[in-house]
Amino acid sequence: MGRYIIRRLIQAIPVLLGATLLIFAIVFALPGDPVAALAGEKRTDPTIVAILRERYHLNDPLLLQYWYYISGVIFRGDFGVTFADVPVSQLMAGKFQVTLNLALTALVFEAIIGVGLGLWAALRRGRAADTMILASTLLLISVPTLVTGFVLQLVLGVKVKQWTGVDIFPIAGISNGFRSYLLPGFVLAGISIAYLTRLTRTSLVETLRADYIRTATAKGLSRRRVIGRHGLRNALIPLVTYLGADLGNLMGGAVITETIFNLPGIGNQLFQSVYLREQPVVVGIVTVLVLIYIVANLVVDMMYAVLDPRIRYE
Amino acid sequence: MKKTSPEVLPAEGGLGNEPLLAVDNLHVEFRTRAGVVHAVNGVTYSLNPGETLAVLGESGSGKSVTAQAIMGILDMPPAVIPKGEIRFRGTDLLKLSEDARSQVRGQRIAMVFQDALSSLNPVFTVGWQISEMFRVHRGMGKKEALTKAVELMDRVRIPAARQRVNDYPHQFSGGMRQRIMIAMSIALDPEVLIADEPTTALDVTVQAQIMELLAELQRESNMGLILITHDLGVVADVADKIAVMYGGRIVENAPVHDIYKTPAHPYTKGLLESIPRVDQKGQDLYAIKGMPPNLLDMPTGCAFHPRCPYRQDICVTEAPALSGISGTRSSACHYWREVLDGTHE
Repeated sequence: MGRYIIRRLIQAIPVLLGATLLIFAIVFALPGDPVAALAGEKRTDPTIVAILRERYHLNDPLLLQYWYYISGVIFRGDFGVTFADVPVSQLMAGKFQVTLNLALTALVFEAIIGVGLGLWAALRRGRAADTMILASTLLLISVPTLVTGFVLQLVLGVKVKQWTGVDIFPIAGISNGFRSYLLPGFVLAGISIAYLTRLTRTSLVETLRADYIRTATAKGLSRRRVIGRHGLRNALIPLVTYLGADLGNLMGGAVITETIFNLPGIGNQLFQSVYLREQPVVVGIVTVLVLIYIVANLVVDMMYAVLDPRIRYE
Repeated sequence: MKKTSPEVLPAEGGLGNEPLLAVDNLHVEFRTRAGVVHAVNGVTYSLNPGETLAVLGESGSGKSVTAQAIMGILDMPPAVIPKGEIRFRGTDLLKLSEDARSQVRGQRIAMVFQDALSSLNPVFTVGWQISEMFRVHRGMGKKEALTKAVELMDRVRIPAARQRVNDYPHQFSGGMRQRIMIAMSIALDPEVLIADEPTTALDVTVQAQIMELLAELQRESNMGLILITHDLGVVADVADKIAVMYGGRIVENAPVHDIYKTPAHPYTKGLLESIPRVDQKGQDLYAIKGMPPNLLDMPTGCAFHPRCPYRQDICVTEAPALSGISGTRSSACHYWREVLDGTHE
């Protein structure tokens, strides 16, 4: 197990370097000059431009620039500064906290509702409950987040508050602590809930067809034990993979939800920074997102090895 | 389902005149969207303690479905048992409640499956899976049950059982896996053991070892053994009697030696002739012509008539009943005498 983890960690290094280099190169290739963007509409003194270009290593080749950047990140945790001279790391810390809260809330919704509905549908396969669950997941997948977001904001947020006089589901900002994330978390989870429901259903239905389930039944075990111990343990494996990989997707894909609910998160910031060509912020955010993605996948692989003994020895 | 008679679990002890296990005119259908699949169409066989019955037949002949009906592990629906009885020590298992049935399943009638790799749960250790029998059915603690598991693994001759008890199924070879499967099935000293093609997935040398092991375990415990196979070679040494199945029916019933010497059904005869033999090297292999019957649309009359070299008009219109040839033999063929004599035009 220890060797497996170490091997996976070593494998993660080239992935991280490759991904960040790619992002760096893409931002490098974006049209427009960063110094000109920094100056905005004003005309700039060519000597100042030259000084700035020298200071930010803009005349160096791509790979050298990348090296200055990545060595700063790795050895000093230095992500550079924004146009307003705020350290990018400081800017990101607060934003990532918000988005992480949002994504984790969504993940909890996903795990509970998605897995729950999926198991229910699998055990009632072909009956009314199954058909209804499948139909509603299809609906959920087809409706864009933009629509579910505004509808839930109106119905659960605004209307419920009008009827009851209590602000159960805050509709904007993060001033209500944990409750602030309930509604946006659910909206962000929406499509993933639908996918996970279907995945859970398929996974359990497949598992229950396996030979070892027949063996478990032939051992004279109760149906509850056959499904709960022998079935579920195997059916869980693909779900863990999905959930882990989805954490990265949720964090990267929170732009729309964060905009609807006015949450000061990473999605919002990334959108603004791309718009303003604030390159250090863009690269910084994407680098951290990649890092989160890699760590999430690593955790998934490790969970996989715990859940499926066949993996460990390969 | 409502039960009218009070529940009586099959008694233990003396049997009287009853066989240990008697399958009587069993029918099993699968009601699918494509139509009704008639998988088992009136199977009758019986088994006594210490006896080995080999059930022989090709894929789709209904031999495994019959076994699964005995175990009560058919998916119902789509499977339906419209007719028949499965008497275990005189009690019809089909009339028992699910609760009572699960007292029999695994504990008194156990089963070994064909492919031990897919039949063992990949995420639990073999020790866990064997000891589960003791934990669930005998209420033993973890440690005690695991000790019992090691004893069982010793008994089925898995080398270094104590060291290997915490290994997973994929870490064992095919033959060892099948031994684990067998250890699990005999854990609670069942009175009947059903082995569904236990050696099909194994090397020939390992096949013989597994068959020997089964025969030895049976001698030790005097359990009844039903050996399901499509391989005539496997059964010759261990079986006492053979039931040959075709199209969901028993077509021939006989003590093992009679059937090899003088088959009394054209299908059995065809099976025997299709075994490759060294002394006929260079000649074409014999194969029974045609295809097994489509269970969705069974042939009229005798199910074997489209492939039968002995076919006459009556075979197309009238299904032959399984009728006695002698005290121990029976055949479901209108022309069993001709088959027995080995003559036909």
